[in-house]
Amino acid sequence: MAEAKVNSMTDTSGIKGINTITAADKMRSYFKKPFSMIAMLCVMLAALFTFTMLIFIICYILIRGVPHITPSLFAWEYNTENVSMLPSVINTVIMTVISLIIAIPLGLFTAIYLVEYSGKNNSKIVQVIRLTTETLSGIPSIIYGLFGMLFFVTYLKWGYSILAGALTMSIMVLPLIMRTAEEALLAVSDSFREASFGLGAGKLRTIFRIVLPAAMPGISSGIILAIGRIVGETAALMYTAGTVANIPTSLMSSGRTLALHMYALSSEGLYENQAYATAVVLLVLVLIINMTSSYIARRLTKS
Amino acid sequence: MKNILEKGMRVIFFIAAIASIIAVFLICLFLFANGIPAIGKIGIFSFLLGTKWAPTNVPASFGIFPMILGSIYVTAGAVIIGVPIGILTSVFMAKYCPKGIYKVLKPATELLAGIPSVVYGFFGLVVIVPIIRSVFGGTGNSILAASILLGIMILPTIIGVSESAIRSVPASYYEGSLALGATHERTIFRVILPSAKSGIMAGVVLGIGRAIGETMAVIMVAGNQARMPAGLMKGIRTLTANIVIEMGYAAELHREALIATGVVLFVFILIINITSILLRRKGNE
Repeated sequence: MAEAKVNSMTDTSGIKGINTITAADKMRSYFKKPFSMIAMLCVMLAALFTFTMLIFIICYILIRGVPHITPSLFAWEYNTENVSMLPSVINTVIMTVISLIIAIPLGLFTAIYLVEYSGKNNSKIVQVIRLTTETLSGIPSIIYGLFGMLFFVTYLKWGYSILAGALTMSIMVLPLIMRTAEEALLAVSDSFREASFGLGAGKLRTIFRIVLPAAMPGISSGIILAIGRIVGETAALMYTAGTVANIPTSLMSSGRTLALHMYALSSEGLYENQAYATAVVLLVLVLIINMTSSYIARRLTKS
Repeated sequence: MKNILEKGMRVIFFIAAIASIIAVFLICLFLFANGIPAIGKIGIFSFLLGTKWAPTNVPASFGIFPMILGSIYVTAGAVIIGVPIGILTSVFMAKYCPKGIYKVLKPATELLAGIPSVVYGFFGLVVIVPIIRSVFGGTGNSILAASILLGIMILPTIIGVSESAIRSVPASYYEGSLALGATHERTIFRVILPSAKSGIMAGVVLGIGRAIGETMAVIMVAGNQARMPAGLMKGIRTLTANIVIEMGYAAELHREALIATGVVLFVFILIINITSILLRRKGNE
């Protein structure tokens, strides 16, 4: 033991090359072991494929689409002449806001209940809640669309409407908001809570004044991801919000979002250039949303 | 007063927590209540195993077997393309990638997940389909096009889940294997990947769920002919496509049959999800 201590204290700066592998060593090792080399090459190729594909998709859409972005695409009124995307952009904003107004409190409160109230014990109800949120997050959007159509549009007799679409969306993003909020709350150190209790604050005060502000970056990165999901969604909205391409007069009128507008343009086959331009706007929107989310999440892990 | 507020909020939090249970319950209730009667009317065997889908014929026939096969073929194709690339990329992310590059690539995989499916579909329509058309002939709208596109779309799911599974293997496994003289690659493929097997499988199963449930991108490249699969280069219709394409004008039994198609899809998804959850639990133990 004593000897080891002495050893660790001796000057090692003069000794070189015991535990370091140079690039040449690595190459020699690969040539001796061809299977390792093949495996390494496969890994590199796969990674190369994945990331070139991403860059290719983004660049292709941008290069082909940007020249077709014209002022007439942002005209206030939609008609078959200009196929303006502005009404659908406005619809998307309205849809996103309403969905979030419903989904954020539900998701956040669920997370608060799971983290702050149910405690560490896994009671039956908590297990069921976890199972259902996991189920919800795996359901494909077309099933949400079918449900929205059957429940909001037909059963509640709302017809194709922004509200029906927004409620469908809020159920769809609920598990995402809930899970990120739960992780963010769990990451808040218990000493924060104890200190707050120690100063005489009640449970509610502790949650809203101490825990939530501390968990805010994580929660908001989840919310931004949810915005991305709503903006990019098509299948769930087709038979809930409908496909009318105008600015809605009320929450009960139908209106297509940008993604649905883009689908309509490309499936009609008459407006390929405009479809490219719409794809650019949609893609750039989603890229900005995702980058903001991961920027916030990164800030969180740094601090 | 304060006590009432505390208790009241607790109840409100609890009600919010119940919301997801209510949502799942309502989804099941409405899908099954609207879909099961149609299956009963058509007959379960002629619905699931009937090879002819002709809802507007007289007499109409509602066999969704072509669409079930279509979904399975397209998903299998996506798995063949997406799973090896996805797992190898996750190995790269966890075991090869230098820290500096990782900071760029990690958000990049999330970006891949964030691209809307219409944009993927449009990309498939203007890039993949023309390539297949010029290489193999035909229209290009085919099982192959849909498989390639879905293979790309499930990459982020597989990469994300497998990477965290690989990272959760204890470092001592890696060090022990290296100390026995194995190379970096041998260690990864013979020690790390087998230990992370359940987690990786959970990711693959999740990817399968994504592929089978994907709608818009598939509609745009798969051709959508409601007939039995005729070959890799021929068009196909999936369960999801069947719902979206015909729901707009369907009525009565036709509409119910489409909802029943949704029920079949939903049951597939539930089975897949439960498998994934069980695999992940096994991986965590």
